[in-house]
Amino acid sequence: MSVTVIVPTILRSLTNQQKHIDMEGSQVSEVIDHMDQQYPGIKEKLVANGDAHRFINIYVNDNDIRFQDGLATSLRDGDVLTILPAVAGG
Amino acid sequence: MLTIHTRLISAMIAQASNDHPIEACGIIAGPAGSNLPLRLIPMRNAAQSESFFMFDSQQQLQVWKEMNARHEEPIVIYHSHTASEAYPSRSDVELAAEPQAHYIIIPSYSPDENEVRSFRIVDQMVIEERIRIVQQYQPELEFQMVA
Repeated sequence: MSVTVIVPTILRSLTNQQKHIDMEGSQVSEVIDHMDQQYPGIKEKLVANGDAHRFINIYVNDNDIRFQDGLATSLRDGDVLTILPAVAGG
Repeated sequence: MLTIHTRLISAMIAQASNDHPIEACGIIAGPAGSNLPLRLIPMRNAAQSESFFMFDSQQQLQVWKEMNARHEEPIVIYHSHTASEAYPSRSDVELAAEPQAHYIIIPSYSPDENEVRSFRIVDQMVIEERIRIVQQYQPELEFQMVA
């Protein structure tokens, strides 16, 4: 499956300043693994203890993967995977 | 320094007072690179807490997509403190991910224009900045303002 990943500003230092990246993978976790091979260090920003980081939002098309199958959410050809740091604080 | 219209300040204070003692939050969008806050968008606090806020993730995606389509960015990111000083908390600093944004804190226990404070948060460093409250923008900009 070929999907487009939209990278937020704060992580673009890891992706040679690229905002859109085409990646392969049938699940979100696979796409993240492939990204990490190409852009080392990105996985640790997105994943903590085997789950999506609490303060990183990952969406497949318009849906937050927290309300789907998390990192196991399956992907179809042409899907858009958007990464957004959560806006949060105390 | 942050230059901002008085109506936007009033709208943030009103929201913070209404939501008190729950933390209120939102953004003010403006043209990318303009440093001009124009469109106030209140956000749902998914945490519904007196000491924490987190933008509702589904609403955040829609708002961020809309800003992208309009060539805007979050010029201001605001939230209220319901009991503590209007200064970024440890989690405010750790989670700040928009180095170009002005981070505004409104003390909802003392909702007054003079108590609102603004900060830049870059690489976990906090710098307070002056807020210049103006009574008007240029007419064509004032027309685009949403407060």
